[in-house]
Amino acid sequence: MEFLGLDLPSYGWETVLGSAISGVFLGSIYALVALGLTLIYGVLHIINFAHGALLMLAMYAVFFLWKFLGLDPYLAMIIVVPGAYVFGYGLQRGIIGKASHGRDEIILLVTLGVSIVIENAALFFFSASERSVLVPYDLDGIDLGVTYAVYPELIALGGSLLITFALWLFMSLTDTGKAIRAVAKERQGARLVGINVDHIFAVTFGIGTACVAAAASLLVPTYAVHPQIGYLFVLIAFTVVVLGGMGSFIGALVGGFLIGVTEQLGRLYLGESMGVITISVIFILVLLFRPTGLFGQRSG
Amino acid sequence: MTTRERILGWAFILCALALAPLFITSNRWIDFLELTLFIAVLGQGWNVLGGYGGQYSFGHAVFFGTGAYIQALLQYKLGWSPWLTLWFAISGTAAVAAMIGYLSFRYGLRGSYFALITLAFAEAFHVVSRSWSSFTEGGQGVQLTLNQDPALALVTFQFSFGGPFMKAYGFYYTIFAILLISYAATWWMEHSRFGAQLVAVRENEDAAEALGVNAFAVKMRAICLSAAITASGGVYYVQKFLFIEPGIAYGTAKSVEALFAPIIGGLGTVLGPLIGSFFIHGVGEVAKEAIHGIFGDRPGVDLILFGIILVLILAFAPRGLVGLLERVWIRLKARRDA
Repeated sequence: MEFLGLDLPSYGWETVLGSAISGVFLGSIYALVALGLTLIYGVLHIINFAHGALLMLAMYAVFFLWKFLGLDPYLAMIIVVPGAYVFGYGLQRGIIGKASHGRDEIILLVTLGVSIVIENAALFFFSASERSVLVPYDLDGIDLGVTYAVYPELIALGGSLLITFALWLFMSLTDTGKAIRAVAKERQGARLVGINVDHIFAVTFGIGTACVAAAASLLVPTYAVHPQIGYLFVLIAFTVVVLGGMGSFIGALVGGFLIGVTEQLGRLYLGESMGVITISVIFILVLLFRPTGLFGQRSG
Repeated sequence: MTTRERILGWAFILCALALAPLFITSNRWIDFLELTLFIAVLGQGWNVLGGYGGQYSFGHAVFFGTGAYIQALLQYKLGWSPWLTLWFAISGTAAVAAMIGYLSFRYGLRGSYFALITLAFAEAFHVVSRSWSSFTEGGQGVQLTLNQDPALALVTFQFSFGGPFMKAYGFYYTIFAILLISYAATWWMEHSRFGAQLVAVRENEDAAEALGVNAFAVKMRAICLSAAITASGGVYYVQKFLFIEPGIAYGTAKSVEALFAPIIGGLGTVLGPLIGSFFIHGVGEVAKEAIHGIFGDRPGVDLILFGIILVLILAFAPRGLVGLLERVWIRLKARRDA
């Protein structure tokens, strides 16, 4: 098969469909990691570079809960998610908010500094070696005909849809959710009607961190933990968020699936190592030609 | 600070750097100085665009890596002289910068968006250098042959088999010369019309445009100069280690190191990246020694400290160490005059 002068291998439709389906599963994980990032961007208008480091930290938490308490990775969510909320709230209120003087570029650098500290602290205390959780069901699954889906993948897909929906409900129905949306739309106005903006910023950061902790629980059964894993996901999460539109939940979901499928097809046609370039290329093209993404509103 | 104090200060620093290795007998400390100057060069590259121009790049490794790969591949594949390839490395990287800059600035990417797109370009180059094996030798990297003939040390730009002086100091004075040229270029820029326009664009792009500054052209020149300086660091790296691979060239480490030094030292000042580089590497060495006694060899300590210092500087000293030193100097003078 030829495409743009490149000689691409040709595959039967079963292989392509199987690849696309595994891309959907992969994409659901990307979407979940991107969800917290897009929430934080939508409200605080900051690009949180520390997001990947927080994912990695939460994955270590899940791993150690399994290792020392024998807790199932999915059950660990009950502990890790609230813990991550508190951690995120403190991080924004105590460090990021204070150090950044409200300037966007400075926030970017502060979150970069935080991510470097967290990543290297993990390297220092946990060493660079990969650690994986062994669950009894990690290879069981359903035969879909064109591909085989293991339970952890199915749970991750279901989990990401559920968590996106729950977050949407929370934002639409609760008072806190409404306050968050008010701050996102109009900071000064929200302050004038008596909303504590600094508190809401920290709450949003906390919820974003809680989302990434939920993602960590769903990831651990299929991905080994090491200090660099956050970086691997954060680049993809940025791409998903930019593609979906910064601040849009539905955009994060659709963007995640699109990136997942594109990556898998890229790997199929361009090879394992060159295939991931599709992500960088999409990232660059979207930034250049449609920085508001698919579902985003014009950003200031 | 008066101009005279500044000139005296610079003269002192440069003389100290020029003479220091002659008084140092330990190889370890010469290596330390070399590394510090190397990061100070990368930092100045970042500073031209980020410090003076306010365009924060998160992927400056793309310029370091491209310079290094051009320098290595032209020697490896075509057997060219390193003294010839270095011009191609620097101008070729500037051309890559012109392409990245054209796309980013033409489409009006600012602030966080510019940071993201530079990161994406670095990642794209990383993937290509790893995957396009027939051209870049892929993940195993490019290994240049070591010249063992002392007579050819200068011709091959490889000093490890040169005479005793060359062996000990050759690469130190190489990076020192690169530092001198790049800092002189930055100093020239700061005092030129172009530099003034660049700072105007940083402070308020719309206002600068309204006053007739062509912001696009100014930013294009800044990114090319920035890339050229950073690429010269890549040239040094390849000649010193005779090796380059995708992770070293385009990994995040170089991008991060390039921005630590100027931010900690003082954004938009000629001296900032040098002071910043000395400070963080000094702190890093001390910390490594201290930790070594307690935990043995463990990676990560220096970077933990660099990250903490970065956040502290951003929070409490936005003008960096240079700003702090100036304040102290002014206070000392006021006390003396009183």
